[in-house]
Amino acid sequence: MQDVQLGFIDYAILAIYVIFVIGIGFALKRYMKSSSDFLTSGRSIPAWVTGLAFISANLGALELVGMTASGAKYGIATSHFYWVGAIPAMIFLAVFMMPFYYGSKARSVPEYLKLRFDERTRCLNSVSFAVMTLFASGISMNALAKLLNQLLGWNYDISLWICSAVVLVYVLKGGLTSAIYTEVLQFFMIVLGFAPVVYLGLRDVGGWNTLTHKLAQVAQQPASLGLTGDTGKVFNADAWSSAWKPLLAGPASNPMGVDWFAMLFGLGFVLSFGYWCTNFLVVQRAMAARNMSAARRTPLIAAVPKMIFPVLVILPGMIAAALAITAKDGYRLPPKTLDSAIYAKAIPALKEAATKDLSGAAAAQLVSDAAGVKMLPDKIDALLKAAPTLNEKELKHGLQNAVAENNYDGVILSLVQRYCPSGLLGLALTGLLASFMSGMAGNVTAFNTVWTYDLYQAYIARNRSDAHYMWMGRCITVVGILLSIVCAYLVSHWSNAMDIIQLVFGFVNAPLFATFLLGMFWARTTGTGAFLGLLGGTLTSALFHSLTSAAGNALGIKGGYLWSLMGVKLTDVPHRLIFPSDMAQNFWLASFAFTVCFVLTLVISLATRRTKTDEELKGLVYSLTPKLKDGEQAWYLRPAVLGVVLLACCVVLNLIFW
Amino acid sequence: MGLDIRWPIGLLFSLVGVLLVGYGAVTGSDAELYRRSLDININLIWGAVLLVFGAFMLVLAWRASRQPAEQPVVDKK
Repeated sequence: MQDVQLGFIDYAILAIYVIFVIGIGFALKRYMKSSSDFLTSGRSIPAWVTGLAFISANLGALELVGMTASGAKYGIATSHFYWVGAIPAMIFLAVFMMPFYYGSKARSVPEYLKLRFDERTRCLNSVSFAVMTLFASGISMNALAKLLNQLLGWNYDISLWICSAVVLVYVLKGGLTSAIYTEVLQFFMIVLGFAPVVYLGLRDVGGWNTLTHKLAQVAQQPASLGLTGDTGKVFNADAWSSAWKPLLAGPASNPMGVDWFAMLFGLGFVLSFGYWCTNFLVVQRAMAARNMSAARRTPLIAAVPKMIFPVLVILPGMIAAALAITAKDGYRLPPKTLDSAIYAKAIPALKEAATKDLSGAAAAQLVSDAAGVKMLPDKIDALLKAAPTLNEKELKHGLQNAVAENNYDGVILSLVQRYCPSGLLGLALTGLLASFMSGMAGNVTAFNTVWTYDLYQAYIARNRSDAHYMWMGRCITVVGILLSIVCAYLVSHWSNAMDIIQLVFGFVNAPLFATFLLGMFWARTTGTGAFLGLLGGTLTSALFHSLTSAAGNALGIKGGYLWSLMGVKLTDVPHRLIFPSDMAQNFWLASFAFTVCFVLTLVISLATRRTKTDEELKGLVYSLTPKLKDGEQAWYLRPAVLGVVLLACCVVLNLIFW
Repeated sequence: MGLDIRWPIGLLFSLVGVLLVGYGAVTGSDAELYRRSLDININLIWGAVLLVFGAFMLVLAWRASRQPAEQPVVDKK
């Protein structure tokens, strides 16, 4: 990655932001009187604030970086994560599920499980959730420190510790309220920091029509940008600029390699509802709202920006692909970054190629084999010709330029570098930094609540004074941040760690929604059914993953390791177990895990005796809870009305970009 | 919670807006600097946008602070 020079003005903006978030922490300190003030904001926040925090807890930097990467890789179809995935799930949460979360007076999602089922389900859910939040916050901080290191040349360790310290100070002072407030601040920072970049990018490409025209070129020759490995692959002209047509034409006709059923059921239903409706990280924001109607409006308010976000996060990716296909002003998708270990192998290989008098493809092959990344023959050729006069730094620079494989995660930064002069650069980078830090803060505040209420108070020290739990909440905040730092180092030193963690996230999350769905809407669901169903669903995802693979992947950590353990070769694995893409594999995994969990819970519940009476389940199950009267609110404020309007907008958006 | 979030948002963006407008005005003649942003003085323009946004938030916070304390909204059962 190219170095960026920050000017005085850029540092000033960065410093102002840091001072403000710490200031907010100190300003809120005097309101932190009880453990519930600290851990659940004392349920006192207006809906628009929790709404923006709700969306902001999800719009971490990883989302920003990842969705832009997908925008370049798959085009506008990435919007399915928003218009098929997120919006319907958020509306469902607001209209149907929030009354139980908020009305039951549970302080966390695991606590709801305890009230509805029993301790076993709560324990399973709170432990897996606690571990996941720590890793999520570690991954976020690792990405931040790496970014500062590569982009600005700051020391990795110092960046990691300083940023964590800032988060620690404001979370420790202001608790969840502090995290929510800074999330709102970060929301505006991201939106206002990246909007001009997108505008400049679109203007540079030549507007929307030129963009679709250029994306048609991308679809005709995706291999020239390294978007597919298969050089002969050609997509229909609208593969990058239509959301549904390529999808309906089958997995071979869209760059995601996904069929419509996996998209609708796997992503749209199982994964999205599982994330938005059961993940305490986001649900916690709504639970901090000041009353029931504010809590129910929270996801609905959040749905509005969420619906528009594709402009901010997917469009830049599409712009990058369009700029790269014509190499406008020499733009290319950012190459994979080489580190010193790779240079140490690649430079001797380059010299060897020079002494052997190789050129073009042969030379590129030699260097590629040594470096472990594909190289562009013409660039290697040019480098070989110039090599005798170049010093080591120029040689490294040349090698970096010759890398053929793309680093999609660098796309958003490459646009920031391309369009931002000093000043705007500071704003955009501060937005990015802010979202990484609030990613950590969000996870740590969810972690400390689950630890204090669902693990510590439930199993370790019951019936202590509130001051004791408040003290515990503060202690565990410090511990949580330290553990996040440990996770960050783990992920940075052991690159497989990231893959494994994300895999396990998937295993745990995929079946969870089935448990909640049955628990909330079917009074007959029993604790044993829920617990065994959840366990069975999780095991199903692990088994499914160990037996299937995606085209182009070797058997192993990315799937199918059971086959490689049994000594079966990739070519002998039954053909139908090989999915067209990772994404298809992932969506189908979720679909299977959900179905198994659903059926198991259903069957076991019917076979076991109920342990909770109707009276105990009041406020926890749909049929046993008195209906909320929305009639007293103005009609335009009723969740059901708002939900229908939002859903209609969502359908219209899908049709526009059909 | 006692602190109205609109105060810090308003202050932060007004401050950053003023900085960007000032910087944009001083560097306006630097064609080299603004070649990146397609020859638009984006700092001046966007700084002004941030300033307007920040001021708007401050006005909202100020108006809210002058009104008598809002009746706490409680769920009617």
